Formats: sequence, structure tokens, C-alpha cells
Amino acid sequence: MDLHYTDAQEAFRADARAWLAAHAPAPRSLPSLDTAEGFEAHRAWEAELAADRWSVVSWPEEYGGRGVGILEWLVFEEEYWRAQAPLRVSQNGVFLLAPTMFEFGTDGQKARFLPPMASAAEIWCQGWSEPDAGSDLAGIRSRARRSDSEGGWLLSGQKTWASRGAFAEWCFGLFRTDPEAERHRGLTYFLIDMATPGVTVRPIPQIDGETGFAELFFEDVFVPDDLVLGEVGRGWNVAMATAGSERGLSLRSPARYSRAADRLVDLYADTLAVDPARAGRSADAVARAWMDAEAYRLNTLWTATRVLDGGSVGPEASANKIHWSQTDLAIHRAALDLLGPGAEFHGDGVDAPWLDGYLFALAGPIYAGTNEIQRNVVAERMLGLPRG
Amino acid sequence: MHFAFTDQQLEFRDAVRQVLAKECTTDAVRAAYDAPAPRTARWSTLADLGVTGLTVPDAHGGLGLGLVDLVPLLEEAGRVALPEPLGTTTGIAAPLLVDLSPSGADTATGPGLAAIAAGDLTAAVADARWPGAPVAGADGADLLVLVADGPGGPEIHALDRSAVEVTPVPSLDPTRRLGTPAWSPTPATRLADGAAARAALDRTADRAAVVTGAELLGLADAMIARTADYARDRQQFGRPIGSFQAVKHLLAGAQVLLEFARPVVYGAAWALDTAAPDASRSASVAKAYASEAALEAARVALQVHGAIGYTWECDVHLFLKRTWALAEAWGSAGDHRSRLLGSLVAGR
Repeated sequence: MDLHYTDAQEAFRADARAWLAAHAPAPRSLPSLDTAEGFEAHRAWEAELAADRWSVVSWPEEYGGRGVGILEWLVFEEEYWRAQAPLRVSQNGVFLLAPTMFEFGTDGQKARFLPPMASAAEIWCQGWSEPDAGSDLAGIRSRARRSDSEGGWLLSGQKTWASRGAFAEWCFGLFRTDPEAERHRGLTYFLIDMATPGVTVRPIPQIDGETGFAELFFEDVFVPDDLVLGEVGRGWNVAMATAGSERGLSLRSPARYSRAADRLVDLYADTLAVDPARAGRSADAVARAWMDAEAYRLNTLWTATRVLDGGSVGPEASANKIHWSQTDLAIHRAALDLLGPGAEFHGDGVDAPWLDGYLFALAGPIYAGTNEIQRNVVAERMLGLPRG
Repeated sequence: MHFAFTDQQLEFRDAVRQVLAKECTTDAVRAAYDAPAPRTARWSTLADLGVTGLTVPDAHGGLGLGLVDLVPLLEEAGRVALPEPLGTTTGIAAPLLVDLSPSGADTATGPGLAAIAAGDLTAAVADARWPGAPVAGADGADLLVLVADGPGGPEIHALDRSAVEVTPVPSLDPTRRLGTPAWSPTPATRLADGAAARAALDRTADRAAVVTGAELLGLADAMIARTADYARDRQQFGRPIGSFQAVKHLLAGAQVLLEFARPVVYGAAWALDTAAPDASRSASVAKAYASEAALEAARVALQVHGAIGYTWECDVHLFLKRTWALAEAWGSAGDHRSRLLGSLVAGR
């Protein structure tokens, strides 16, 4: 057992730190990525990251990465969050679709899509949920009809809650290709150009008032055969690989929470200096939140080692998702309690990131499969309890 | 960075698991309730395997290994609610004796270490932060490591059982063998004083937190596994109760806590073995996390078993009682959170 990073990994850290110090925009200086202006500002930042091969360090060099391993990626993430660099507008593509594409994509698909994903020239949204299929994802009804004459599929239906859908160029979506098949069978995973005729996008303002969501309408949208990811009719398996990334190692790196937890301790200490009674009432919650972040860091290193040793991540990804979503909430809830009357101040104030972070954290137990669904997965697949 | 146990460590764990599955059934734990004793045939078996002397230096007949090696075995001890004091003797007392005789040849501690490795000695160690409190394992221990309030601060003394009068104190779990020692410190019994004693007591508190945390991991795992078994079998409304979401979510919540407590305890063991700068913080996170995970597993185990779990006849209580005791021993979750936050604020 060894929890030290190697000298080479520390040298990689020093390179990343130096580059970020020279290039990263001042903390919180970009407008929200859920606005048209902010979306483009974040895209420009990611293009700068990509130009020096810092946007997707763990990818092979041919696709814009540095070909380093998962531990180096964790080191990079530590430095990225330490620099308080911007949120990743490309996250649906880079952290969710890309691992799935590496597993299921053809060489042609990888060559076509990964480089512009790495440079944020093309940004992806996720087209899974439907008005009547949320937690019950296998209940989706959006259809794809075969068009042999055109060599592809005609997609119809409605998708919703697509994060970044208002501005994204591409969408990865799940559609029913076999109307006779039920539930998990007969689904296919499509890569959809949002500029195709028949796609209509209706932005949906989120709880913070910004258009982070969109509703997507498809009316006979043509998608050629070479934009099917994985096999026709096997879309559920492909989608579960994406969901594994979303819940497991790749979407939420521990540095995000470690950094927030350290800031929470700073806020606690500042409060302690001016209002010890209030600080005292939050002390236990602050310590709990910091420990949750530390436990997440250690669990990630534990899991990463298992993966590097040839193991895989199964239903543990569901336990992981429950933990990181609860950790994010615990950190931000504790901060708002310390701020007291200042907790509701909205806008550009010095403490505003806590409220913004809280609103973001509130979504955590919902997206990537609700935590209730994840508890079912843990109970059935880790503990062997019978399906209900 | 390679955060995993070695194959050798896992093989040793598996071997100990097999032995304990045979030698430490719940009937055996019940027998220990009726006649608590630290040195048993089972203890000799563990000594023969090298388990009791795992942390004892080679020079004294032990394996000379560290906490990282011991933690998986302590999990196994917790899994079967082992009545004998493996954590206290091998996890806490032996390393403390080694700390106080770094040459490994000290005449004051050498024979004690050799006897631990041979399975001829069990020890009890007082928690310096609770002066006057009953000491776990004191009733029946061969060696008592006790703390006196000396002129220059705390002093560490080691006493043979014949030099101490122990008044037994009933515990809900009789295998805890609580006792209040009456004794008189003398220069002959003193192992350390001054700065050396303070440093050794600090290290002991950290080590004990991790040792106890590791036992709690095993207890939590056993309670969750037994309860999941019960939930698969027990039928109500014509279905196994484990098919109800309300029951699933209780067990899943406990399982998630346990999943995250494990690497926290393992990482703390490594931090202590390597004298990492943040080892004390890691130890506090480990004890707090393991205590919370095991207490939640205990709550869920009782709730899902229902009334049968509230009986003496059902084995669950053997695990609950040990959990409740160990969750508080060497600092509760809240104690450790408070200690951690103080350290974080001071370290800014």
C-alpha cells in the first residue's frame, strides 16, 4: 500500500499548476455557462486548454490528450480546482460520452468526434429523459424508424431536461428502434446533429433563472447509420456504460469537493472569529462535510487502483453517486448555515458562490439516476435483495 | 500510488477468516458471555498463526508487521465478534511497548512482547483521556498499561496483574471485561514520563482509533450481511421483506456508509505506519467514519429484524452490543469530528 504520488506524477502536477497559473481566468470572472454569452466564453477557455493539451489529459494523443493514466487525471483535476478554473462546459461530452465512445465507438466515429469534443468546437448534450420516462428510463417512447432508402433512421419524439441543450451542437440520445420490443430491449444509442432539419429546441429556465435545460423535439430527424453508437437494439447496454461514468469515476473528481470543503473550513474559521456561538452550532456539520469530501478522495484512489489493477467498477458506481451528491449538499448546506442571514443574498457578492453551489448541489441527488434508484441498485446488486 | 492490500495480506486475511468461521461461531461468542476469558484455545490458535504477534518485532518472536497488515485481520475479528482482545493486545499494547523500547531489546518490555507473540499474554490499555474510567479488558488481563498523573505530566506504567486489584464493572457486552484498576505507580512500574510519555500516548490514541475503527468495519459488514440474509428469507404480505423499497433503502444506506468507511480506515492505517504528517487527522476521520457506519448498520439490523432482533435468542444482539461499545471507545464519532475541526482550523 502506498498513497504517495510518484515523482513523475508530481512533475506532471507542477506542469499543470504552472500552466494554469499562467492561463486560467480569474476565479468567477466568466459569465454563467448557462447563458449564451457565458457558453461561448467557456468554450473559448476550453479551446485554450485544448491548444496546450490540457482539456482531456487521459485520452490518447491522437485525439488531443496526453495519453496519461487515471491517477494523472486526478492530479490534473486537483490542480484545476485549486486554480478555481471555470466549470467545464464540455462535461457531457468529455466525461460521459467519450468513455462510452472509447468502449463502443468505431474508429471512424472516434476520429470524427473526439478531437472537436476535446477542443470544445462541438459541445454535446444528453437526450435521455422524456416527459413520461425519468427514473424509469427503459420506459422511453421516442422512436426511430428505419429508412433503408436513405441508409439511416428517422427519429421522432420528445426529450427533456437536456443540460446545455439550449446551446449544444450535438446530442447523444436513446430511441426505440424496435417498436415490438419492450423495456430495455429494442433501444438504440444515436449521435444526433442538432442542426438537422426537424430538431426543435425549447430552452427551459432552471431554478436559478438561467437556461441550463432544454426540451428537445424530434420530427422525422434523419440520422445516418454511421451515427449509431454500438449495435442497433443494444442501446441500453451502451447507455449503462455512460451511466456508469456518470455515477462512477469520471464525472465528479474528488478535487471539486476537497476544494469546497477547505473553503468551508475557512468560512467556519472566519465565522468563529466574529460570532463564536453561531460557528459552534455549525461545527459538527462542518467537520462532517469535510470528512465526507476526504472519504470521497480516498474512495476514489481506492477505486482507481482497483481499475488500474484490472478490476472493474460495477454497482459501486451507484454507492459512489449517492456519496458525492450528498457530500456536495452537506458542504453547501453547512456554508449557508454559517452565513445565516447572508445565505439568501443572490448576485455577485463575495459569498454568492455558496448559494450558487447549493443550487447546483440540489440537482445532484436527482440527475444521473435519482439516489432512490441508486439505493435500489445497491440493495439488489451489492446485497442481493430481490427485485420488487 | 497503489492504494490496495497486497496479495499476501489478503491471503493472510482469508486464512484467518476460515479459521474464525470455524472457531468463533455465534455459539462460541455466547459461551464467552457466560465465561469471559482473554486467553482461550482460540487465542492460542491465533498465536500459532502469527496473528497475536503480528506487530511484535522479529527479535521477540513476532512478525514485525504494521497496522496496514493488521487491519484486515481486525476486520475479520469484528466480523465474528471475536471475544478475545486482539485489537487491544496486538493493535494497541504491543506497538506501544515497541514505541517505548525502540531498540527492541529493552528488558522492561521485551518479555511482554515475546509473551504476546507466544499467545501467553493479553494486555489492557487505559485511555489517558478518560482518567478513572473503567479499562476495557482489565478484568483478566495479564498486563495492564496504565496512566498516572505525575509531577511532569502523564506517566505510562506497565503492571503485572498480580500488582493490580481490578474491580470488575459490568458491561452490556461481557466479553469487554471492563474493570477499574486500583494500583500504585512506582519507579519500577514506570515505562515513560515527560515528552516521551506524551508522544507515546498521542500515538496510542491515534492507533487505537484506527484499530477500533477496523473492528467496527467488520462488525458493520457482518450486521449488513446477516440482515440482508434475513430480508431475503422473511416473508410478509406474501413476499420477502427485502423486496420492499423501504427495507432496501435502509440496507443500501448502511452499505454506502460502509463502502466509504473502508478506504478511510485503510488510509489512516497507512498514514500511521508511514508517520505521515496528517496521520492524526486521518485517524480521527477513520474512527468517526467507522463508528457512524457501524452504528447505522446496527440500527438497520435491529429495525429490519424487527421483534426477533430484540431477543436474546437471535444472534444480532451480539454484534449490536460490541458495536455500541466500540463506537464510543477511544473517542466517539463526535469526539473525533471535534478534534479534527480543531486541527483543521489550527492548521490554516
